[in-house]
Amino acid sequence: MDDEVIIGLEIHCQLNKLNSKLFCGCSTKHHEAEPNTHTCPVCLGLPGALPVINKKAVEYTIMVGLALNCQIAEHTQFYRKNYYYPDLPRGFQITQYDYPIAADGIITVDTDGHERTIRIRRVHMEEDPGRLVHQGSIETSKFVLVDYNRSGMPLIEVVTEPDLRSPKEARRFINKLRNILEYLDVFDGSLPGALRVDANISLRGGARAEVKNISSYKGVERALLFEISRQQNMKRRGVKVVQETRHYDDERNCTITLRSKEQAEEYRYFPEADLVPLSVSGWQHALKEKLPELPDAKRERFKGQYGISDNHAKVLTAEIRVANYYEYVASKIDPLLAATWVADYLKGELNYRDRDIRDAFGPDKMVYILQQFRSGVITDKGAVEVIRTLLDEGVSPNGEPRSEPQDVIRNKNLARVESDVTRTACAEVLKENVAAIADFRSGKAQALNYLVGMVMKKTRGRADPAEVNLLLRELLECT
Amino acid sequence: MITEKDVEHIGSLACVDLTDQETELFAKQFNSILEYFKELDGVNTENVEPTYHVIGLTNVFREDVADESLPQEAALANTAKKEKGFIKGPRIV
Ligand SMILES: [Zn+2]
Repeated sequence: MDDEVIIGLEIHCQLNKLNSKLFCGCSTKHHEAEPNTHTCPVCLGLPGALPVINKKAVEYTIMVGLALNCQIAEHTQFYRKNYYYPDLPRGFQITQYDYPIAADGIITVDTDGHERTIRIRRVHMEEDPGRLVHQGSIETSKFVLVDYNRSGMPLIEVVTEPDLRSPKEARRFINKLRNILEYLDVFDGSLPGALRVDANISLRGGARAEVKNISSYKGVERALLFEISRQQNMKRRGVKVVQETRHYDDERNCTITLRSKEQAEEYRYFPEADLVPLSVSGWQHALKEKLPELPDAKRERFKGQYGISDNHAKVLTAEIRVANYYEYVASKIDPLLAATWVADYLKGELNYRDRDIRDAFGPDKMVYILQQFRSGVITDKGAVEVIRTLLDEGVSPNGEPRSEPQDVIRNKNLARVESDVTRTACAEVLKENVAAIADFRSGKAQALNYLVGMVMKKTRGRADPAEVNLLLRELLECT
Repeated sequence: MITEKDVEHIGSLACVDLTDQETELFAKQFNSILEYFKELDGVNTENVEPTYHVIGLTNVFREDVADESLPQEAALANTAKKEKGFIKGPRIV
């Protein structure tokens, strides 16, 4: 396990916030559509069709380059990458080669306690190929079904230097990239097929394998872990790792060989004469002005403005939607309280359910819950119960939450019980637990915790544990 | 020097099956073309930028507006094999 792992990533992200494809006017909104209903002569590669580039796609790519601290090229142009595959109707993909639009950037990634700087080699634009549907697995299917709706979707490819050192670091890098692109509002990472990753992996000193077709966020870490143990096992058995391209099979969680070095890729790149070169570095000043506050800057601002911890600031600023949610809540109620409840409780409950903050209830409801908690109407347990209930109920078909927090408080009887009810419950518990009283009196402090727990159970969590503690001591002393 | 092996390789990259006679003929033709282009080696191109494009235009764009696409029947009109709105292709690996 001592082998140093070296990982470089090529991450393809669809600029799916655009209305139209990269080189034609076909709509990008085809996720629910029938196959082959969003195509035209350009994206079907019919003879004589002429591509014309989408101006906004160029602007978005420059914004991404700037956000990743890249240099924007003075001159940039497109190439044809020639290969035969059913997803590519023309027999070539229009992409960039020499002169990518942006290069030489960096982003920082948090890895267990410290920050690491990952170098970005380049960012370039290209068109997405069509979508292939295999009957069964890629190895056994007799034929493929091709849907060209995806053909020509605007993609950016972000290529890192081989600076990543573990699958976990790779996952964090991808999350950070996704979050930056969502801050820029050029990308929606939740749409199917929005992100695909190819990874180069080697053990220090060994040949590297390229794993293609990793198409889910979770798949990245799994595919890399699989490939690393495959290489380690080969090394242990004294077998040489050969340089090759492997395909990741998400369903079976393994990588399979596609082609070895002997059939190395020869793409015969040459300039795409149907598209004129671009000279757009002059746009960067205006676009820089338009860049929103990015995660790292927001994290610092949150710490200064709201006085919250670095850890809370990190959790709250990772995703733009969480940051906006928090800022709304913090504008209505104590920002420190808001940080704890949004970062720890709400995010925690969402993560547990594997859900996005978009599937939560609105921030106004969070404010209401916290107001009820602060004014003593519900306990912290009660507040958590309201959050869980609202999350589990989900939203109705019209996107509205199924119930209001006040309904949950009423229906589940969460309003904190009055002191005299607590007192009665305490007295009852003492009557029922004579043995625990004896334990407490003989010096076993944990006996009191047990009694508090029994009172909480009796009041179904609606009593204040601190108050119960005091009451029990009081009662124990006077009996 | 282009060999017959090179021609076969180029043919396979382009998915074109060549007969032995064609391979032999094309190797000869490729070599004579390359021979002709050798003339360029005599020209000093030290400070000349490569020509990527001949029409001298830059920055031709379209706005990000979605237009109508072809109906599915039209998109599939040129394909012999189809299934449920998809184009059917050979297996790949
Ligand atoms: Zn199109």
